[in-house]
Amino acid sequence: MAEKKDRAPTMVDAINRALHEAMDSDETIVVIGEDVGTNGGVFRVTAGLKEQFGKDRVIDAPLAESGIIGFSIGMAMNGLKPVAEMQFSGFSYYALAQIENHAARMRWRTRGAHSVPMVIRMPYGAGVRALEHHSESREAFFAHIPGLKIVIPATPARAYALTHAAIRDPDPVIVMEPKAVYRTIREDIDGIEPAEIGVSRTVREGGDLTIVSYGAMLHRALEAAESLAADGIDTDVIDVETISPLDAAPIAASVEKTGRLLIVNEAPPSFGPAGEIAMRVMEESFYSLHCPIRRICGWDIHVPFFAREQAYLPSVDRIVRAARDMITD
Amino acid sequence: MTGHLEYPEPSTKPHRVLDANGNLVDDQTSIDDDVGFLEEAFKAMLRARRFDERLLKLQRQGAIGTFAPIKGQEAAQVGAASTLRDDDWFVPSFREKAAMLLLGVEMADIFLTAAGWNEGLAGKKGDRRLPETVPVSSQLPIAAGIAYAARLRGEDTVAMVFFGDGATSSGDFHEAMNFASVLKAPVVFVCQNNGWAISTPRSAQTASSTIAQKAHAYGMPSAQVDGNDVLAVRQVVEEAVERARTKGLPSMVEALTYRMEVHTTADDPSRYRDDDEIEAWRARDPITRVETFLRSRSQIDDAMVEVLEEQIQDEIDRAWAATKTRIAELEEQSDEVIFDHIFEDLTPPLKRQRKDFLKTGRGANDG
Ligand SMILES: Cc1ncc(C[n+]2csc(CCOP(=O)(O)OP(=O)(O)O)c2C)c(N)n1
Ligand SMILES: [Mg+2]
Repeated sequence: MAEKKDRAPTMVDAINRALHEAMDSDETIVVIGEDVGTNGGVFRVTAGLKEQFGKDRVIDAPLAESGIIGFSIGMAMNGLKPVAEMQFSGFSYYALAQIENHAARMRWRTRGAHSVPMVIRMPYGAGVRALEHHSESREAFFAHIPGLKIVIPATPARAYALTHAAIRDPDPVIVMEPKAVYRTIREDIDGIEPAEIGVSRTVREGGDLTIVSYGAMLHRALEAAESLAADGIDTDVIDVETISPLDAAPIAASVEKTGRLLIVNEAPPSFGPAGEIAMRVMEESFYSLHCPIRRICGWDIHVPFFAREQAYLPSVDRIVRAARDMITD
Repeated sequence: MTGHLEYPEPSTKPHRVLDANGNLVDDQTSIDDDVGFLEEAFKAMLRARRFDERLLKLQRQGAIGTFAPIKGQEAAQVGAASTLRDDDWFVPSFREKAAMLLLGVEMADIFLTAAGWNEGLAGKKGDRRLPETVPVSSQLPIAAGIAYAARLRGEDTVAMVFFGDGATSSGDFHEAMNFASVLKAPVVFVCQNNGWAISTPRSAQTASSTIAQKAHAYGMPSAQVDGNDVLAVRQVVEEAVERARTKGLPSMVEALTYRMEVHTTADDPSRYRDDDEIEAWRARDPITRVETFLRSRSQIDDAMVEVLEEQIQDEIDRAWAATKTRIAELEEQSDEVIFDHIFEDLTPPLKRQRKDFLKTGRGANDG
């Protein structure tokens, strides 16, 4: 997993490097978003791109999310490869209609005559003491739409690998970037290959319990796994870095070994990815289960203002308790 | 102190060449050079009108589904679309069948879509005549992006986007106008102000004196034109196309026209508008106006019109016959094609669902 090196890149650096490399090797790639050019993005993810590739390819857009996505769809249909940034995922809903009605649908409705090869990046998630509307985890909104791929990197290396993969993909890909991890982890990314979208990755092996997570919560799941290991409980931890299309095979395979599945994510539990993951495992490995599947998620409430946001997020303690209950039940 | 607030009143004199009776508005102007265009436009408008009438008949018979008739708006569409080059982009809403036909979209494909088959929208790869857009105004930012890409890639092509008066209330309209202007995209925004957005009249849609003036907020030039005067529309839109092509900049045209038919075939206009209004606009019919003019110049006569009508009916008959054959073929095929083209390559979950579908859905494997 993430090697902690002082000078190794953060997730912000890793995405930035992927964007530089991609734009350098393919001149059809354009970056568009609010404050992405001169300012290099509010999180500095696009820093330096405008200087290197010019304002026509690194477009400081007017403040209108639907406009940014609609405009990007048009560029994608006419030979460019836009990488659009939504400044915060909480404002991407203005663009939901463009995403649902056009980006996700164009190839299908024109029977392949047109396609929308574009990437939509957006920082998401809680944990950085942000202002209201800046902390939600709404991947289910997008994952529910046919024709979209949704990826969520958990570390700098995975962000680097997934950003490259998203840019190479011939269809619209949404990259949700867990901003709680933007700068907290450093990891070497030299020699990292582009990811394969649609593949879940086993990041820790153990035989007693399967924990599935992604994004910032993967790190809490791993911390929980450490503390469970101290008690002699060995955990498989699987990173579902592609939310859609979901690769349930490694999860099912793991459950066939462990008989126990615990899903951890920060989205509200109802109608969220945890339910989908559980259902897919039921379809494939129901008879291997020793106990009911459990999920530790956020709650079905809005993310509280930041003084209480940790009360919302799954804590390591909640994960550990649920895991212990499952083993002893 | 008061008097600081002001309204800069826009011009509200739409450009017009021929009046409703087919006479030159200004008898000092010569349109001798445009007679050829008017003859072509007359044919194109008549063809679109008859096709539209057939669609309506087929819908009433239950052979096709809901669609949006174009009757009354032929001149706005033909005049505007006639200015496009083959390599330009056409980005329509759902009421542009006259423009589509002019630009070479097959009648049979329009029939097929109206009959509920996805295959009707299957254009050629990269086809620049985009298919209809149902979500009102959502095509506008896309057109701006297409135009921007054309410029960035060094082409001198333009994107022409069509929309209604109702669309100009929506966010996407304003966002697209702003993006096109700020980012310098060669777009021609063509608003067909047909007076109504379903039951909502133009007066309830916006308090702007004109729709054209909305462009000014975006630093964009615009004009109002008599949308039932095909030559006037062509002249104004040509100017906008020229500006887009040579300067790479957007403009907006408001074509004043009228929807003489139902909004869609699911609509009953008697609930919201009087027959008097429709009658008043019947007197300004865009086709009659040109026909009268052409007859006055002896460009056409009864015999020619009769031949033309026969040719059009024959073309429509053949297209509908071809559509029925096509539908019969499609009905024979497995419906598993509904899974195609969701992505370039089918994902594993979709492959599984398609397999399930073939076992249980209405597929070719059914016994
Ligand atoms: C975003 C959206 N809202 C509502 C509708 C339903 N609808 C279809 S057409 C229409 C009115 C459109 O009016 P206008 O833009 O003037 O175009 P016209 O129908 O007159 O050609 C409405 C409300 C829709 N298709 N899309
Ligand atoms: Mg209207």
